[in-house]
Amino acid sequence: MPGKRLVLYGERAFGALTLGFALLVLVLIGGMVYYLIQGAAPALAEFGWRFLVSRRWDAVHEVFGALPFIYGTIASSLLALVLAVPLGVGAAVYLAELAPPWIRTPLSFMIELLAAVPSVVYGLWGLFVMAPWLRAVVEPWLERHLGFLPLFRGPAFGVGILAAGVVLAIMILPTISSVSREVMLAVPDSQREAMLALGATRWETTWKVVIPYGRSGIIGAVILGLGRALGETMAATMVIGNSLNMSLSLFHPANTMASIIVNEFAEAVTRLHTAALIEIAFILFLVTLILNVLARLLVWRVARGPRGLRRE
Amino acid sequence: MSHYWRRRLLNYLLLGLCVACTAVAVFPLLSILFYVAVRGFQALSPEFFTQMPRPVGEPGGGMANAVAGTFIMVGLAALLGLPVGIMAGIYLAEYGRGRLADVIRFMTDVFTGVPSVVIGVFIYTVVVTRMGSFSALAGGLALSLIIIPLVTRTTEELLRMVPYTLREASLALGATKARTIVSVVLRSAAGGVVTGVMLAIARAAGETAPLLFTALSSRHWSLALREPMASLPVYIYTYAISPFRDWQVQAWGAALVLLLTVLGLNLVARAVTRSRYRY
Repeated sequence: MPGKRLVLYGERAFGALTLGFALLVLVLIGGMVYYLIQGAAPALAEFGWRFLVSRRWDAVHEVFGALPFIYGTIASSLLALVLAVPLGVGAAVYLAELAPPWIRTPLSFMIELLAAVPSVVYGLWGLFVMAPWLRAVVEPWLERHLGFLPLFRGPAFGVGILAAGVVLAIMILPTISSVSREVMLAVPDSQREAMLALGATRWETTWKVVIPYGRSGIIGAVILGLGRALGETMAATMVIGNSLNMSLSLFHPANTMASIIVNEFAEAVTRLHTAALIEIAFILFLVTLILNVLARLLVWRVARGPRGLRRE
Repeated sequence: MSHYWRRRLLNYLLLGLCVACTAVAVFPLLSILFYVAVRGFQALSPEFFTQMPRPVGEPGGGMANAVAGTFIMVGLAALLGLPVGIMAGIYLAEYGRGRLADVIRFMTDVFTGVPSVVIGVFIYTVVVTRMGSFSALAGGLALSLIIIPLVTRTTEELLRMVPYTLREASLALGATKARTIVSVVLRSAAGGVVTGVMLAIARAAGETAPLLFTALSSRHWSLALREPMASLPVYIYTYAISPFRDWQVQAWGAALVLLLTVLGLNLVARAVTRSRYRY
């Protein structure tokens, strides 16, 4: 039966084909690491570790240090976390624990839609709607009441680290709230019932049982959000004001690692300048890679649940 | 009883705070939708889709080239990315066992987290420097790297949702494994896979950073894949940060078109899943 053999070949070929395409994913990640290192090599050789701690970024004299952008990235992302974590977890508590289904479904859907809005639209909104509001209302208020801290001093530009932090917070909110909501929904009802039977209020149940039970999953959600904030490009670029100087004040324009790449990559003419920007991209890649691995491990652990308690 | 009342009060207070958190979380979406709708609507006209961009100072004009460019590059990305994503998803769901499959699954997850600007830089170093110029081809490739991990993961998840009894029934009838996967498993998950594909395409359509150093942009009507090509997201970016008032107004118009496309794809995709796929 020659037909049978043909079928067998087709069978093997199909399996091999799917494997080939799956391996392509690994090849792409590997290729990314290889080509980024290769592209960054001149800068790696020239500046070494100094690249990470030097504040001087001077394209004319070809001296490059990425500290101002590392600072801008960390400051804006931390600010985003400070704003988005309480809001996101709070919203998740409401959606997972309190809201009746007819509110839960459309509200969860709306928050997930936030994740679908393109980054450049956030940037546009941030630049023309939010930044003027920050300049006119929020920044003067912060300076009046918290001006004793160096973070909240200086002229109000609207665009700056504060604006980037707020836009990033809005952008990572859906990630944090939808992942924590799922984690909370995975907490077995028996846990809640035990607590309620002991006479605990709903809040006590949530705070002392649901959140501790899902703790590592919620931390995973936060790290996932942080990873997004660090790598987020367009929105941050449009509202951070693009300054090469480093300043402690959150009102001051700055640059993130992603935004400096967007601003200078197409115009970089010298080899060293391009290499320095590729090195920044590589650092960004590594940091988000590590954070993602960490977050996935944490979320996976909760999703699997403690042994013996898993609901099938 | 004062302790009891304090606990009750705290309960209502903090739960109320959670409600407030939700309200604050939803507010930016409403604000974005409102501003994009109002300002975008004022800037839009039929010309937007039929005319070319005009130089600064000349009123009117549209972004016909950017609309076409976005379609072409997203189409190219889908053409390149979907087969890879769907086949890799089939591997993970149906064939993948053991360590290798775990590593691939994990790497796909990691891949979705790679910042889009890094993908742009990667394609620049591999494709643009080799071809010697910015091109629509490079832009499509960069967008396909956004699509691949998303499609891989959703395909895998959806194929896993297909009940095992269906596979057994097909195998019992004498169908081979590949035949079963293509004609039974993939077909019964088709609606869900289409949803995943639409969501991935919506994501790619809104991406700006991967296009900036790959397709760049263009002020002319160009359909050539080896030349720079305009796209809506890049136009929104360059027009928004320009100092010219007419350009900023047009950026809002382009944002409305982009947002309607992306959210429309999302809504349709979710509606399809909701009505048909409830396992």
